[in-house]
Amino acid sequence: MTTRLHMALAAALILGTAGAAAAADKPTDPQIAHIAYTAGALDVDMAKLAISKSKNKDVVDFANGMVRDHEAVNVQALDLVKKLKVTPEDNATSKALSEASAAEKAKLEKLDGAAFDKAYVANEVAYHKQVNGALETVLIPSAKNAELKSLLETGLKLFQGHEQHAEMVAAGLK
Amino acid sequence: MSTHRRLLPVVVLALGTGPLSAHAETITVTIEKMAFSPAEISASVGDTVQWVNKDTFAHTATVKGGWEVMLPVAKSGSVVLDKAGTLDYFCRFHPNMKGRITVSAP
Repeated sequence: MTTRLHMALAAALILGTAGAAAAADKPTDPQIAHIAYTAGALDVDMAKLAISKSKNKDVVDFANGMVRDHEAVNVQALDLVKKLKVTPEDNATSKALSEASAAEKAKLEKLDGAAFDKAYVANEVAYHKQVNGALETVLIPSAKNAELKSLLETGLKLFQGHEQHAEMVAAGLK
Repeated sequence: MSTHRRLLPVVVLALGTGPLSAHAETITVTIEKMAFSPAEISASVGDTVQWVNKDTFAHTATVKGGWEVMLPVAKSGSVVLDKAGTLDYFCRFHPNMKGRITVSAP
């Protein structure tokens, strides 16, 4: 008991606040798979909204890229969980992501034209930043299976790329 | 006789391009797991750089204000280097992917 508390404290010191939460409530591999898949699927939904609403070529191109990349990585994720015989498990983090995304989507649906483009791209920057933070501090360090960890690491590079791409598109909108 | 005459221009043409093609090389850069590998290469003017995309994501090799090679999933693309200098390139879809080609005079 003392040892476990000590380890949790050490982890908290090394990883900071997010690490403290992770050490206290470390997600399991089935939960991690669910969170990563959900994060991708939610971004695909948002991108489809942008494709249907936006008339800006850079925004539509970016959104098409999000659909393409997130669907590709989620196909890999599904193949992996099938191979590992892991059933993705719904959890509080996945639910929180879905709820936040639904609220954001409701806001975006009410906007049009340049106001929509700006809000969508700004949300993409923030969303990828948030998911990357979770991948770096919680999901990757918590993953036990090496193949899952490797896919999450590729996912992190992909999402970091999207974050930078979104920042470039945002700069072009001003 | 007439066969010889017809062959002659072909031989001359082959000799004419011979010295160039003997020196020009193709350098392959592989794209895997969101990275160009090797990320830095050295080449000479006249060489070809070929990118082979082994990722399940589409990429580009883009020089800002210069050329762009589209690299769809499981495809390759190439560019012939036409002048000396340092070329920094990146993937336009994932700007965190970066590469550099140092091109020297032939």
